[in-house]
Amino acid sequence: MEAGYNFAYLDEATKRMIRRAILKAVAIPGHQIPFGAREMPLPYGWGTGGIQVTASIIGPEDTLKVIDQGADDTTNAISIRRFFARVADVATTERTAEATIIQTRHRIPEAPLREDQILVYQVPMPEPLFRLEPRIAETKRMHALADYGLMHTKLYEDIARLGRIGTAYNYPVMVNDRYLMSPSPIPAFDNPKMDRMPALQLFGAGREKRIYAVPPYTPVRSLDFEDHPFRAIRAPHACTLCGSAASYLDEVVTNDQGGRVYVCSDTDFCRAEQEKAA
Amino acid sequence: MYVAVKGGEVAIDAAHAWLAEARRGDTALPELSTAQIEQQMTLAVDRVMAEGSCYDRGLAALALKQARGDSIEAAFLLRAYRTTLTRFGHAAPLDTAAMGITRRISATYKDLPGGQVLGPTFDYTHRLLDFALVAEGMAPADVPERAADEAAIPRVSELLAREGLMQREAAAEAEPSDLTREPLTFPADRSARLQNLARGDEGFLLGLGYSTQRGYGNAHPFVGEIRQGGVMVEFTPPELGFAIEIGEIDVTECQMVNQFHGSLTEPPQFTRGYGLVFGSGERKSMAMALVDRALRAQELGEDITAPAQSAEFVLYHSDNVEATGFVEHLKLPHYVDFQSELENIRAMRASVTKAAE
Amino acid sequence: MSALQPGFDEPVLDAQASFRAVLEAMSRPGRIIQITAEAPGPAPLNTAAAAVLLTLADAETPVWSDAGPEVAEWLGFHAGCAFTRAIANARFVLATGEVPALSAFDAGTEEEPQSSATLIIQVESLVAGKGWRLRGPGIEAEHRLDVVGLPGDFVAQWQAQRARFPRGVDVLLCAGDQLAALPRSVTIEES
Repeated sequence: MEAGYNFAYLDEATKRMIRRAILKAVAIPGHQIPFGAREMPLPYGWGTGGIQVTASIIGPEDTLKVIDQGADDTTNAISIRRFFARVADVATTERTAEATIIQTRHRIPEAPLREDQILVYQVPMPEPLFRLEPRIAETKRMHALADYGLMHTKLYEDIARLGRIGTAYNYPVMVNDRYLMSPSPIPAFDNPKMDRMPALQLFGAGREKRIYAVPPYTPVRSLDFEDHPFRAIRAPHACTLCGSAASYLDEVVTNDQGGRVYVCSDTDFCRAEQEKAA
Repeated sequence: MYVAVKGGEVAIDAAHAWLAEARRGDTALPELSTAQIEQQMTLAVDRVMAEGSCYDRGLAALALKQARGDSIEAAFLLRAYRTTLTRFGHAAPLDTAAMGITRRISATYKDLPGGQVLGPTFDYTHRLLDFALVAEGMAPADVPERAADEAAIPRVSELLAREGLMQREAAAEAEPSDLTREPLTFPADRSARLQNLARGDEGFLLGLGYSTQRGYGNAHPFVGEIRQGGVMVEFTPPELGFAIEIGEIDVTECQMVNQFHGSLTEPPQFTRGYGLVFGSGERKSMAMALVDRALRAQELGEDITAPAQSAEFVLYHSDNVEATGFVEHLKLPHYVDFQSELENIRAMRASVTKAAE
Repeated sequence: MSALQPGFDEPVLDAQASFRAVLEAMSRPGRIIQITAEAPGPAPLNTAAAAVLLTLADAETPVWSDAGPEVAEWLGFHAGCAFTRAIANARFVLATGEVPALSAFDAGTEEEPQSSATLIIQVESLVAGKGWRLRGPGIEAEHRLDVVGLPGDFVAQWQAQRARFPRGVDVLLCAGDQLAALPRSVTIEES
């Protein structure tokens, strides 16, 4: 373990402050809790919120998985996984089923998560209304009043103009019918996985200094309209490697003649599917 | 057959090795020591200490060396270090009236007690590249001795305040805000605003301060005084119960004098914009003083019409470590979200094409 | 005065393990969770309440306590706790005797409901599988919890506070080395 630093890097007073924020976040599902985010040795916007949440919950018994874009081998995921191996000496894994804590940027694993797992999201902009109202003092008031007319109007205008809702990722959700919440920039395809998930979901935004949570089995509803129901979007293809026609796919450009192949974004899921087929 | 790309771990290690090589440059040339940076790149060190929010010349020099001279990267390194240090409490307010002056300028009075002291300034240099500096080993010319000031030099703002012309600041009883412990909330009090500005990016504050001079915020500033020099830092350890001096730091203070037309309850008087920066950060202290005054618009009953007067806008965007992280995070992979956008836009185009047929 | 009893054996790791227990309890309201760390606080403090306070309370969080000077001294020494006698200012409340009315504590504001107090209430026993029917976030269908040692009108008080959501206090019920949580989001029905 890295000499000169506390277990999991953060000092104990900081962990206590973050732990208190996490507990309040769990008690008020979907509500953003301001916290005294520390300056981490990784850049803001690169997962400092998720890292602080993970550092405050992780212990020697845990097995950590870190994914970015669904993959364990993306450079920032590697960097974060190495950070925790270095400062907390914890076991790490690339297998979703083996992990007790999964820190993620932009995806929810394809395999259903269990009660004994915690999913930690890295969040760039925790405020779901920020594109419509950038003033935080204003959005705070709207959350207090559950006044989400702005967001409904925006979605309705999309439908009037584009014939469909124009949001394909970071698609806003209502948590337990009370708080409008940003699911972080996951593809809308992943939104239904949040609904009544057996695992605890924690969200950390370091630069914006906010923590929020969705407790297990909590209703999470993607905003929609009766005549324009929410649709999960994925590329209408099968994975070139494992053949899955249900997983979320990355489009890979193979040449400049229009050549494309599609492969699973969740690399562990893809590996498991390939092993099943073999 | 398509094979998934792997090798991120190897790529990261190779990138770090390359970075170390690029940092060192041509090994035929002597390596730059942190002591040389500390002594000869003093203003870069000052800026890193100010924006890194940590007064330590040696560490700031190390950060600059490690960051290949990139001041924002260096400030980031220093911040990530300082955040691991134990916080013992807060110091007593600095007494800048008792400063050991190295520079002191007032634009509001021709002469005044203590006089005008130019100090080591670029102000009246002609900006001609000095090719003599290419040659090494030149000793600088002797600086004429200046008689040390025995008495403390009064601050210009105090001269005005004694006449009742300058609004006095209310002494704050409460512990000052500390944004490194508690997140910003609004309305932000003056101590939180000043801390934010003191840590803020010089370029951002310079642009905002400049905008107030061009009509975006309607400022009428005079430089009441700029002073630079060393001040003592005093701290009261709870176990002692009395203040002890813990060291001297160099700071630059700028007090801008601004018009104020008065209100129903207050007569017309001057109001203050305040800037205080670690080291010789004159440009930044002046910009800070302009922005501080602009941010007092609400308190002074002025209309908020300009970016520099909007506390949320200014305070949420001033921090270059936050800003650089978020701007630069755009280079991280976003292909999952981009894929959703691709499918969405393809579907929308398809429905438009179908409708046209 | 007797010598001060020790705190956590391994402060960093015991606090982490205890926090995960509290997090699990808060995430699954009414489920009974075992505290594994040793936290030998002075009487009348039980193990679970002692572990919770060592894990979460410090100088930043004023504690209101009815547990007497020895407990205060122990928490002050091991956790650096600050104490308050003004019930409405307390961030943490330690109730080992009679439980004050829920409405006496800070319930937070509509904009900042997170500023509310967290109550650590020592009770006689917690038994799963009977008693209250709990529903809400964290619960798949229904959790049953039987609590001995709460005021008779506790459920009525809870229903009154539930109507003010998102304002409200959160409760940690501690019996021996067991705890169960009642976050403000949960609804309680007496069976």
